[in-house]
Amino acid sequence: MSDATGTIYTETVIYSTTEAFAADVPYQTAIVSLDAGGRVTGRILGERVSIDDRVARVEIRDGVPFFRKIA
Amino acid sequence: MRPVAVIGIGKTPFGAFHGRDLRSLAVEAGEKCLKNGHTTPSQVDAFFLGNFAGPSFTGQNHLAPYVSTALGIQGVPATRVEAACASSGSAFFHAYAGVASGVYDLVLVVGVEKMTSQPTPRVTEILAGAGDCAGEIKAGSTFASLFAMIARRHMYQFGTTREHLAAVAVKNHANGALNPDAQMRKVITMEQAMAGKPIADPLNLYDCSLISDGAAAVLLAPAERAGEFTDKPVRILGVAQASDFVALDQKPDITTFPSVRLASAKAYRMAGVGPADIQLAELHDCFTIAEIIAIEDLGFAPRGGGGPFTLAGHSARTGDKPINTSGGLKSKGHPVGATGVAQICDLVLQMRCEAGERQVPRHSLGLAQNLGGSGATCVVTILGTV
Repeated sequence: MSDATGTIYTETVIYSTTEAFAADVPYQTAIVSLDAGGRVTGRILGERVSIDDRVARVEIRDGVPFFRKIA
Repeated sequence: MRPVAVIGIGKTPFGAFHGRDLRSLAVEAGEKCLKNGHTTPSQVDAFFLGNFAGPSFTGQNHLAPYVSTALGIQGVPATRVEAACASSGSAFFHAYAGVASGVYDLVLVVGVEKMTSQPTPRVTEILAGAGDCAGEIKAGSTFASLFAMIARRHMYQFGTTREHLAAVAVKNHANGALNPDAQMRKVITMEQAMAGKPIADPLNLYDCSLISDGAAAVLLAPAERAGEFTDKPVRILGVAQASDFVALDQKPDITTFPSVRLASAKAYRMAGVGPADIQLAELHDCFTIAEIIAIEDLGFAPRGGGGPFTLAGHSARTGDKPINTSGGLKSKGHPVGATGVAQICDLVLQMRCEAGERQVPRHSLGLAQNLGGSGATCVVTILGTV
């Protein structure tokens, strides 16, 4: 089982944030239930996701996983 | 363990007070409290300060003796307790333990936060320090966004609606409008509460508590000595603190707070009462969803029942289980480190029949629930006058 794919457990789109992330607003974060087990908090790239959507990790930036929706 | 009573309370108003520093707020609440409990500073055996992020907000550290000496309390143990938004709830719990065990007789607990000295993005950043900075926060989470993710999941699992969230905000604003010490004395409509500026979906501005300055204080004594200081002692029938993961993504189920369940189970057992017996409560509505889940975790409603319970009016000031008659964190204000002790003060006001326009008729058994972070700390207190 892969730790690079998983299912959206919950998500939100953030409009108000700290200075470090202000340039990204609005952006989506999610808790992903990994196929390999366990959960991780990451960022969503591209199309917005909802609970139960399938996602794949496309990159890791400074330790933060970025996911994208898959069919 | 010996019974303990609250013999004095004192609060500053909550708001944005430019020109007031952390110490002056804490001293004002402490002085009012000592006066209210007919006690002099030299009688105090120990001092606890609940404060979340004074060093970050103001640059000042070593805050407990910084405040206690300004109150004229000299030489005794002075200790700061930090547990995010449950800082002063935790300070209260440890003060209780000190008096109940016989280590101290008179203990003063002050909770304080001075937040408005920083711009909102910096406040958001400081508050985020109560989360897991190496994980969820690094990924861009704010506290609003963590509770937004909790709300999303609660909606998904239980059918909780935007209207349920808005009903919490409308109720707490209606109560806060009657509280002269509240920061936002403004009645809002359901339509306004549904249409606030988006913060983190599904939460909008009206789902979020306020950025506040303020302080609150309580004075504790052995119950057998309470009569020396006040005609209206309020007994601490049960109090417990519990802990859980700091990171939301480590929790098996984010729609319930195990720390609230653990702390309340212990407090109910100590007090010999159950959820149905509680006549009024001050709950930690840092975000509207937090009050809904607290209602469920405390056993006032079944899981998923917190939203309908609110919409049906049970938790209204005129309902059968009034919740946050003070206005809650939502309308009264949320100076983080002051909140836990302020909840105790607001319950005591009701239990002494001193709550003015917001006084409720049944007030002999009250519960306060103070939550830290996204549930990593919870303190539940049950007070009684019977």
